[in-house]
Amino acid sequence: MMYDRILVRYGEISTKGRNRNKFIDRLRKNIKRALINYPNITIKAERDRMFILLNGEDSDGIGEKLKEIFGIQSFSPAVKVEKDLDKMKDASLELFRKIHKPEQTFKITAKRSDKTFELDTNGINSEFGGHILRNVDNLKVDVRNPDINLQIEIRKEAAYISAETISGAGGLPAASAGKGMLMLSGGIDSPVAGYLSMKRGLEVEGVHFFSPPFTSERAKQKVIDLSEKLAEVYGHFVLHIVPFTEIQQAIHKQIPENYTMTTTRRIMLRITDAIREKQGGLAIITGESLGQVASQTLESMYAINEVTATPIIRPLITMDKLQIMDIAHHIDTHDISIRPYEDCCTVFVPASPKTKPKLEKVQKYESFFDFEELIQKAVEGTERILLQPASERKDDTLGDLF
Amino acid sequence: MIYLDNSATTKPYKEVLNSFLKVSEEFFGNPSSLHKIGGQAEKLLQQARSQVGKLLNVKETEILFTSGGTESNNLAVKGIAMDHRERGRHIITTSIEHASIHNAMVQLESLGYEITYVKPDRNGFISAESIQREMRNDTILVSVIHVNNEVGTIQPIKEIGTMLKKYPKVFFHVDFVQGVGKVPLNFYEAGVHLSTISGYKFHGLKGTGALFIKEGVHLSPLFSGGNQEWKQRSGTENVAGMVAMAKALRMTFEQRKEKLNQMEEAMERLRSGITEIKEIIIHTPIKNRAPHILNFSIKGLKAETFVHAMGKRNIYVSTTSACSSKKKAASTTLLAMGVPQDEAESAIRVSLTFSNTVEEAELAAKAIAETVKHLSEVVKK
Repeated sequence: MMYDRILVRYGEISTKGRNRNKFIDRLRKNIKRALINYPNITIKAERDRMFILLNGEDSDGIGEKLKEIFGIQSFSPAVKVEKDLDKMKDASLELFRKIHKPEQTFKITAKRSDKTFELDTNGINSEFGGHILRNVDNLKVDVRNPDINLQIEIRKEAAYISAETISGAGGLPAASAGKGMLMLSGGIDSPVAGYLSMKRGLEVEGVHFFSPPFTSERAKQKVIDLSEKLAEVYGHFVLHIVPFTEIQQAIHKQIPENYTMTTTRRIMLRITDAIREKQGGLAIITGESLGQVASQTLESMYAINEVTATPIIRPLITMDKLQIMDIAHHIDTHDISIRPYEDCCTVFVPASPKTKPKLEKVQKYESFFDFEELIQKAVEGTERILLQPASERKDDTLGDLF
Repeated sequence: MIYLDNSATTKPYKEVLNSFLKVSEEFFGNPSSLHKIGGQAEKLLQQARSQVGKLLNVKETEILFTSGGTESNNLAVKGIAMDHRERGRHIITTSIEHASIHNAMVQLESLGYEITYVKPDRNGFISAESIQREMRNDTILVSVIHVNNEVGTIQPIKEIGTMLKKYPKVFFHVDFVQGVGKVPLNFYEAGVHLSTISGYKFHGLKGTGALFIKEGVHLSPLFSGGNQEWKQRSGTENVAGMVAMAKALRMTFEQRKEKLNQMEEAMERLRSGITEIKEIIIHTPIKNRAPHILNFSIKGLKAETFVHAMGKRNIYVSTTSACSSKKKAASTTLLAMGVPQDEAESAIRVSLTFSNTVEEAELAAKAIAETVKHLSEVVKK
C-alpha cells in the first residue's frame, strides 16, 4: 500500500485567533509553491490541520520539501480508510509490513475524536496491537521507546493510519507578517539573519551596497548567489543594489578616519530606511551580533541607530559565531559567503575604528557636509533585481556550453 | 566501425567538443584571477560544478574536480588514510578493484597500513556480511567498486553502506566510474562518503573527473600548491574540461532515458548470439549486472589474437580492463571469482554505450562466431 496523503500539523498557527485563516492560507500557498514539481497533488486546508492528497505523487520527495517550510510543526504520511474495523485492520497490517524491518519494536497510538466509534482508545490499542502481533513474526511491543509508532486516528469522516511523525521547520508561514529590509553584505551573518526573519513570517527584501571599482562584480555576484539561496524560502527574492562609491569617497574625505566606519553605517541605515519606505516595509533586519566587530559594540550600535526610529531586527544579536555558522551551513549559504572578495565592509575599514564612538562627535563631523543629496541620489540610482531560487535557476546566458 | 570498448573510453560527444573548444577559446581565464576574465572562468567552473552536483543529486560544494578516475580514487583512498592515520591504519577493500585502487592500497601497505582484500563469490559479488566480518576497531576506510570494470557485476553498495552506518567512524568510498550514467546510485541513501567519476567514460574528455566528498568529510590533499578546490586539490582548474564534463553528464543522463532499452536489447542479442558457441564461457552473471558489460572467455584461444582478429573486421573489443591489458596478465577479477588460470587469460570484454544499436550487436555476435570458428580451426592444426 502506498501512502495517499500527508497530514500537516500547524503548530504555532493553531494559537491564532480570528486571523488564523490568513496564516493558513499563506501556508497553503507556500506549500503549493514549494511542491510545484508535483502537479497532481491537491491541498485541503482545514482549521486545525492540512491534508496534501498525493494522487500518486512520491511521498518521500514531498516530505523532503515539507521539512523546509516554515509554519509546519510536523507532518505524517498517512492512509485514509473507511471506519470499518476489518478494513482498518487490513490497512494497518499492510502499512506496518511495508515499513517494518526485522527486530524492530512497535506500539499503537490511538486517537479518537469521533466518540461514536465502536472502540475506545484502549480498545483500539489492544485490538490493532493484537492483530499485528498475530500476523507478524518475532515482533515485540515497546510502549516506551518503539521503533515504529503506528498511529490510528478516528475522525468524523474517516480513519487515518500513519506510522511516522516528521518534524517540520517550525516558525510562521513566510511572508505572513509584513515586510522588512535585510542589509545583505555578502558575509556569513546577514543571510542567516534574513533566513531567521523569514522563519518568523517576515517577507524579506535585500539591500546591498556596491562600490565599484573598490568592490568587484564578483562581490556583487556573491550577494546575488546568496539571494538565490534565500529565494528558496518562498519562491523569489528581491534584491536592491545601491550605488555607494560616491558616498564612500565623500565620507573618506569629510570624516576623521576613526569615525568613518560609524558614519558609513549611519548612512547605510538611512539609505536602507528610505528604500524600506518606498517598498512599504516596516522593519530593517541586520546580521549584527553583539561584540563581533567594532561596529557591533553597544556604543557603536547606539551611535548608528540614532538615524532612524524604524524597528531594527537583529536575529543574531546574542548568538555565537559557531551557532551562526551552523545555520549558514544548513541553509547552504556558508560556502558562498566565504568566497574571498572584498566588499564595502572590508575595503573601507579604518586601521583603528572607534569601538566606543560618541554620538555628539559623529553628529558634529557629519554636520560639515550635506550627505542628504548624495543619499537621495543613491536611493534613486538603486537597482532592483528579482531573483529565482538557486534550485530553479536556468543558466541560459551560456546555456549552450552546458 | 563497430566500437564495443566503451568501458575503456567513450567517444566524446560532438557537442561536448564544441563546448570545450568554445570555453578554451573565449573563456580562457584563470578562475583564480581577480579580473573580469578570471571571473568569467570562475563562473563557468561554478556552473559546471552546480550542474554535476544536481545530476548526481548532491550539493555542488560536495563535487571536487580532478583529472579523472585514477586521481579521484587515489585522492579518496590516500587522502582518508593520511588524514585519519592517528585513529587507525586498517583499510578494507576487495580483490576485484580497478588498478588505481589496488595499487594505491599496495602503496599504503608499504607505508605501514594494513589492507584486507575481501574476495567475491563465484559470481563476482561482494556481500555486506563478508565486509562486516573484517571490520575492526582500527578500520578507517572501506572502498568498494560499484560496477566492476571487467565483468560488469553490480556490488550491493546500498547494503554495504547500510551495514557501515553501524560504524560511524568508518568512511565509505565507492568507485562509481563504470556505473555513472548507466546504473544509478544515490550516494546519500547508500551512506557513501566519497565517490569517483571519470569524464571520458561518459563521452567527456580524457583528463577530466570528479570526486564526490560528502559534506564534513576531511582528507589530506595529494597536491600542495595554490589551494584551489577548497585546498583539497591544488592546481589551476581545467575549466573547459569541466564544462565539457558537465555537459557530457547531462547528455548521458538524457541518452539513458531515451536509449537504455535499445542498449539492453543490444546486450541481450549479443549474449544470446554467443551463448550457443561451444568454445565460449560467459563470466558476466545474468542477474545484478550492469547493462553494458559482457565478459567471456574463448577456450583455447589467446585473448589478444581474438582482439586483433576482430579488429580486422573493424569491430573493437577488449581484453578485460584497458588499463592493465597491455600487461598480458590474466584478469584479476576472474581469478578472484575462482575462474581457472587459462580461462582468465583468454577473457574478452565487450562494453556498450547508448549509441550502440541492436543491428551492431547482431553483426558483432555473428563476427564473434565466425572469428572463433576460424581461429579455432587454425589453432587446432
